[in-house]
Amino acid sequence: MSTESKPTTGSRSLSPVIIVVSFVLLIGFLYLIGQGLRRAYAGPIAIGQKVPAFELTTFEGAVIRTADWQGKVIVVNFWASWCKPCEQEAADLEQAWQRYRPGGEVLFLGVDYVDTEPEARAFIEKFGLTYPNGPDLRTKISQMFRIQGVPETYIIDRGGRLAFVKKGPTTLNEITGVIDQLLAQAP
Amino acid sequence: MVAEIGFGALIVAFVVSIYGIVAGIYGARRHAEPWLESGRRAMLLTWPLITLAVLCLVALLVGGHYEVQYVYNVTSSFMPLYLKVTALWGGQAGSLVFWSWLMAAFASAVTLRKWDRDREFLPWVIVVTLVTLAFFLGLVIFVENPFVRFWQMPDGRQAVAMFAPRGALPLVPMEGRGLNPLLRHPGMILHPPMLYLGFVSFVIPYAFGIAALVTGRTDDRWIRITRRWTLVAWLFLSLGLILGSRWAYDVLGWGGYWGWDPVEIAAFMPWLSGTAFLHSVMIQEKRGLFKRWNMILIILTYALVIFGTFLTRSGVLSSVHAFAQSAIGPLFFGFIAITFLGSLGLLLYRWNDLRSEGVMTSLLSREALFLLNNLLFMGVLVVCFWGVIYPLISEIITGQKVTVGPSYYERSTGPLFAALLLLMGIAPLSAWGHSTLKTLGRALWKPLVASVVIVVGLWVGGIRAWSALLAFWLVALVSLVTLYEYYRAVVARHRRTGENYLRALWNLAGRNRRRYGGYIIHLGVVLMALGIIGIELFQTETQGTVQPGGSLRLGNYTMLFQRLDVFDTQDGRNVARAVVSVFKGDRYVGELHPRRDFFYDSQQTMTIPGVRSTMEDDFYVLLVDWQSSAQGITFKVYHNPLVNWLWVGGLVFILGTLVAAWPDREAEPTRARATQSLAAQRVRP
Amino acid sequence: MSKIKTGEVRFFWQGWVWGAMLVLILAGIVVQPVLAQQPTPSDDEVNAIAKTMYCPVCENVPLDVCPTQACAQWRELIRQKLAEGWTEQQIKDYFVAQYGDRVLGEPPRRGLHWLVYVLPPLSFLIGVVIVINVIRSMRRPLSLNASSPLGADAPSAAEDPYLQQLEEELRRRERGE
Repeated sequence: MSTESKPTTGSRSLSPVIIVVSFVLLIGFLYLIGQGLRRAYAGPIAIGQKVPAFELTTFEGAVIRTADWQGKVIVVNFWASWCKPCEQEAADLEQAWQRYRPGGEVLFLGVDYVDTEPEARAFIEKFGLTYPNGPDLRTKISQMFRIQGVPETYIIDRGGRLAFVKKGPTTLNEITGVIDQLLAQAP
Repeated sequence: MVAEIGFGALIVAFVVSIYGIVAGIYGARRHAEPWLESGRRAMLLTWPLITLAVLCLVALLVGGHYEVQYVYNVTSSFMPLYLKVTALWGGQAGSLVFWSWLMAAFASAVTLRKWDRDREFLPWVIVVTLVTLAFFLGLVIFVENPFVRFWQMPDGRQAVAMFAPRGALPLVPMEGRGLNPLLRHPGMILHPPMLYLGFVSFVIPYAFGIAALVTGRTDDRWIRITRRWTLVAWLFLSLGLILGSRWAYDVLGWGGYWGWDPVEIAAFMPWLSGTAFLHSVMIQEKRGLFKRWNMILIILTYALVIFGTFLTRSGVLSSVHAFAQSAIGPLFFGFIAITFLGSLGLLLYRWNDLRSEGVMTSLLSREALFLLNNLLFMGVLVVCFWGVIYPLISEIITGQKVTVGPSYYERSTGPLFAALLLLMGIAPLSAWGHSTLKTLGRALWKPLVASVVIVVGLWVGGIRAWSALLAFWLVALVSLVTLYEYYRAVVARHRRTGENYLRALWNLAGRNRRRYGGYIIHLGVVLMALGIIGIELFQTETQGTVQPGGSLRLGNYTMLFQRLDVFDTQDGRNVARAVVSVFKGDRYVGELHPRRDFFYDSQQTMTIPGVRSTMEDDFYVLLVDWQSSAQGITFKVYHNPLVNWLWVGGLVFILGTLVAAWPDREAEPTRARATQSLAAQRVRP
Repeated sequence: MSKIKTGEVRFFWQGWVWGAMLVLILAGIVVQPVLAQQPTPSDDEVNAIAKTMYCPVCENVPLDVCPTQACAQWRELIRQKLAEGWTEQQIKDYFVAQYGDRVLGEPPRRGLHWLVYVLPPLSFLIGVVIVINVIRSMRRPLSLNASSPLGADAPSAAEDPYLQQLEEELRRRERGE
């Protein structure tokens, strides 16, 4: 043992600062992982939860803010032109929109996820979609809803809370059933 | 019935592990030898029990018992027998059972060791290994049970449960869903077991390290005992990584072997810290330095093993490799928090006892250079860790995901790897304790001059890129130094003993396996570096759409597209297979069959390249698209120079590790230490 | 339970590549007339840019080799923009604006993302400092005339000290020490 030869602090007892720092680093790391885990497990916005306001810029350039539609029912449909099941439901969605459009109590929003514009426009034209459709710029909306894929459909009630989630293609009967029920509720 | 037996065996194994932990702690606290012995036997018992569970699961898999959810998810009647067996680790639940089984095997192997020496380590080795084992068994039993079955409820709903719910009838699907097609490749069949073996065997040195910390026995005994375990762990981890790369090259169809995918990195990180550990323990053994650092490294390695498993399985990161998200994440998180905090606390508690015993005398001594090696490995580790973790930070703080891709890793680790190569050329020439520029220079100058000559030759030969020249110089230097070391030692031995050169070489390597095995490993690394340099710096590619009879050119190669066959196979695939002829210059060199397999049952596609492989280069053809374009079939073609040296180097690398880890015939030299008599006293109550 | 889950995720990126060729044909109709006058940028030019980009549909797989329909569309978009005379930077900026920072192979160098580039070198420097400190604190100043602690390796003139050392080691080993 050559402890007598230690000239500097290298082998003396540990300073409390280092102890604290190392624990803080480790706990910080654990916190980070915990947060990541929480996010991964949180899944999409839960039913009954308030949906934060967002805005959609349509392919025509109009900006639609959900904040302007408070007290109304909002249907948010995520789709993409490369997604085959989205084609199944497109006609049904349009039909549902035609049904509620005159009433002005329901807003349909088509959010185009990770898509290219020419293909998206072709898709809209093919299925004759007339409700507002726009690209999900910077994938902000889909990250907010934490979608797992397309198609997914979310229906927000008059109180701005999420009332219905459908993963996979939806049908006319399914959404009209939900919407009628929500319209019946007082705002 | 079989499922019940398997599940029962798992539960008994879990209970036995818990008992072993309790017996170990109690025995250590009370110095009660019978309790210790009982704990030891409990540990020994876990392996047969889990073996029984594994056999039950394999029987279910092979027998096509699709009423078991796991069997339904990973097998189908199309699959050949060997795939049904290896489907054991094809899904989350089964691979956790498999993990536990390997872990128990290693735990039992440690138990069988003669424990008359160093007995004070025994209880804590038992506790640490069994805690790890019990955790994984707990995951299997409570969260990811591979034996749960489908049931038809009285009200018509389907349920999944271990035991029949009231009034439910068994539900037996006619056919299973089949193993993920990406996993139906020899490389992928062996890759997970190798990685798991590497992972679990690192638990053993960690357990001894913790035992040393708890008992306060801070000499290098724990390192000497676990030296071989560490090498074995490292061997399997390296094998797992190499096999994984090979699989990626053959199956993933992107012309590369390593994509810096988060999950690849998760397996690479324990390898990095493990490699640093392998080197730095030698400093402690020879010179008594850096005890704290070695302890930090083994704790870090274990932590990275657990963290890597967590990353792969919890769904925190999305990745091509990721298992489906499951409920094990939070439990894993708890385990990580407890083990990491516990290890750190213990380490800091013993910090003052882990003082270095020696002094460092020279900046060029081998211990100083090993320290530099550790610094570089840690540098690579930080780059990897940060790259994996940063997207999480970004998502939490900014709400936006980011990608940290290969360019980041390549740019950041490139110089570090180059420095490591350089160090690999110098460090073997320096002596323990003391080296000067003069002694080092005398050993180095011949290989140095020769390597410079080689680089000048390459320059004359037409290679101009400075990065390539630098890389080749490093490769040449390291291989020459290593070979020169062998040469000098063989000559010295020949001169002294009069043995012929071959015999001298054999005996030399036989008597100092760690050193000469290590040199073989270095040579393997150099050969691998050659392959990596080839593909990283000289890879070329082109893509084009051609009609039958049309051709694509890439460098000296021409690819002539003959025809495309599309057909269904017996095992549920739709195959689109192109036939292309390859010409090198004007010479016909062979026919390749790049193809795309579409698996009906899992709706997945797989791109299998056609590869013409030689030691000089690979010509690698991918079928990109044959449906969407009227102009013909789209191919992507890569030219990968020297890439085969990567696999050859891998083999040499493994060979070297085997040499280094091969058991010695003679017993380890016993060294009288003060602590040992103390140990002997403790054994007898 | 997991049955349903994977089923849901499946339509994310599997399968539909094979059925949804219609859209691509449509795309062909839209794209073709635009390109008619100009030479089509080659696949290699497209791939050179796609190589450093990532599409959210197939995470961690570079765009140039990702086999999904969405990625094929992205590559066509790159081709179209190239044909319109856009530079690589303009194309990347467009993609970032459309789909977010994650399309880039590494985070853009601004704001918080600087951490990605700064932290590894910084921690390496800290490591260097620690190593230097450790070496300094461990080093016993070796006075010139004092024998080194090992004693053995004072180089003798005639023989190569390395060979001596090696033989010494071999001798020790053979004695079974």
